[in-house]
Amino acid sequence: MSNDRDSIFSEIKKALDPLPERTPYPQWDDSMTVCHAHPEFNSAKELFAHKLAEASGRYFDSVQILAQFLREEGNTFGYCDPELASLFEGLDGISFETEYDLAKVDTYQFGITTGSTGIAESGTIMLKDGETSARLGALAPWVHVAVIRQEDIVPTIGDAISRFGDDPSVIFCTGPSKTADVEGILIQGVHGPGVQVALVV
Amino acid sequence: MKSLQKIDIVARDLSDEVQKSTYLSSKAKTEKRMAILQKDFPEANRLREIAGEIKQHTLEHLDQYLAQAEASLKANGAHVHFANDAESANATILKIMQENGAKRMVKSKSMVTEEIHLLPYLEKHGMEVVETDLGEFIIQIDDDHPSHIVTPIIHKNRKDIAKSFEREGLGDYNDDPETITRRARAFLRQKYLDADVGLTGGNFVSAESGRVSLVTNEGNARFSVAANRIHIAVVGIEKIIPKDRDFSLFLNLIARSATGQQLTVYNQFINGPRSPGQPHGPEQMHVVFLDNRRTEVLASECREILRCIRCGACLNVCPIFRQAGGHAYRSVYPGPVGAVLSPLLAGNRFPELADLPKASSLCGACNEVCPVNIPIPDLLLRLRDKAKREKATDAMKGTPSLGLWATLCSQPAMWKTALSMGHTMNYIPTELIPHPSARAWQHNRKLPKFQGGEFRKWFRNRPPSSK
Ligand code: SF4
Repeated sequence: MSNDRDSIFSEIKKALDPLPERTPYPQWDDSMTVCHAHPEFNSAKELFAHKLAEASGRYFDSVQILAQFLREEGNTFGYCDPELASLFEGLDGISFETEYDLAKVDTYQFGITTGSTGIAESGTIMLKDGETSARLGALAPWVHVAVIRQEDIVPTIGDAISRFGDDPSVIFCTGPSKTADVEGILIQGVHGPGVQVALVV
Repeated sequence: MKSLQKIDIVARDLSDEVQKSTYLSSKAKTEKRMAILQKDFPEANRLREIAGEIKQHTLEHLDQYLAQAEASLKANGAHVHFANDAESANATILKIMQENGAKRMVKSKSMVTEEIHLLPYLEKHGMEVVETDLGEFIIQIDDDHPSHIVTPIIHKNRKDIAKSFEREGLGDYNDDPETITRRARAFLRQKYLDADVGLTGGNFVSAESGRVSLVTNEGNARFSVAANRIHIAVVGIEKIIPKDRDFSLFLNLIARSATGQQLTVYNQFINGPRSPGQPHGPEQMHVVFLDNRRTEVLASECREILRCIRCGACLNVCPIFRQAGGHAYRSVYPGPVGAVLSPLLAGNRFPELADLPKASSLCGACNEVCPVNIPIPDLLLRLRDKAKREKATDAMKGTPSLGLWATLCSQPAMWKTALSMGHTMNYIPTELIPHPSARAWQHNRKLPKFQGGEFRKWFRNRPPSSK
């Protein structure tokens, strides 16, 4: 409410005015927050694959092997971003729809959408709203496959933040959805995907 | 026992089972946190200090940053509201729902909504509200209160939960954690889809872009937002950070400090309604900035507590929290952070919670683990002083008067005798101890047998110095 706004700002001013001095914004270097606790790799892509696995995610760089994985787990019907459909057409035993049907929210076993960026230092997949064909397609199915271009894998979290642009809803996904609420025991697949996949092309 | 403080009473009456699960889980989290911070960052301690300085800087320029965050959000098409107190925040949220013909809300975990008692308020006004975080959902069906700010059901075990699920018709008794989780997934999924409003808190808000960051592991905040046409975020005014760049520091710290992860599974950064062409997600985004006495805290000598990012590390490491559990703090925020924040947020009900700052041995562990380097022990001392000045009688309970002590200390002979005889107090029935506060003290404690005197003996008999 508008008078609440005025009173909050005037209370803040009243609280701060008597301060003899104010703490300055500290100097810090972006490299300080980068985690180096991992073996050396030749490329950001390899580190990304390593970190993704550490976060219980699945890394693939071949559509055929991914299809094999989906079949083995019995996840053969899903949703796919229409722009990515050509990559997955004609795969044995795999079928999908390119128009998200809300009535099938629990029928889709996998969802394939675009991942805008991969973060190597943490194995994180970054989703941007403007590049995601359907939010629920990336969230509701048991398996989410984010298709990421190799050149979109960046070394650090800071690099990914600088790619936010003006997208209104950016999401970092680091591994599958999980909880440890019940006696601290780790369970994967709470509300979001139980299996998080990155397909790097 | 009249002279016991309330927190002691709860600790005394806590069942062994609850005490044990609180203790074990807190301890495990503390160890995990230590390991990952040391492994990942050579300068982990410096990171904490920087994070603390950034938050302190932001608080001391809050007028500028809050206005900047507001402007950024508005520029992105979000609605911004301000609320002085709980009542105003609740009324604002109800109004948004009513104006949009909304009846059902799914909400993700947010301590601030516990603070303003949003859920009972909306229910009273005919709205259906469902908690979607697994722990909070269990709290809701049990009509209970969270006992930890990160792991709300740290006081419950799987058997309790299985019984609750059975009672609520979520299937036959089954205490396998995986089955419990799957049942909640299936049940809540329908709730997301049926709702009109998704409500979240906010962990950080960047003044630069207005982005509200949501940090969750389960994905419930994602679902609450993605499946609904209205997103409301309720955020304390102290959650602002200056720039998007600062996210990298804070997200690294909060994940490691809260749960020992490198990053929490989902970090969302939202500053407006869905993008053009996106079929799912909100057409409206509302951000409610809440004061609720935070400006009073800002004006107080304990303003550093507003740096808190609610990671829970100080709870996990605290010997008092581990023994007493979260409910002993009788307020929304338990543990060391709560011992400072809860009495301050209580306003003129300060005396009712003025005993909390005494629930500490001042060991300093909370300060040491705090990712924003809050000097919690100092703040506790300042609040003890405030309690004394404001004559908060509850806070004084069980504290022996210091007169007798002072006499004892000023008489060397008496002091020595008292030291060597002290433990004989253990054999005197407490009712017979003449001094009332000594009686109260002795009732709960045993004095060890005196084992000193060696130094004095050595000093008397030492060989003469060669010089
Ligand atoms: S006071 Fe510090 S350690 Fe405690 S919850 Fe807040 S940020 Fe975490």
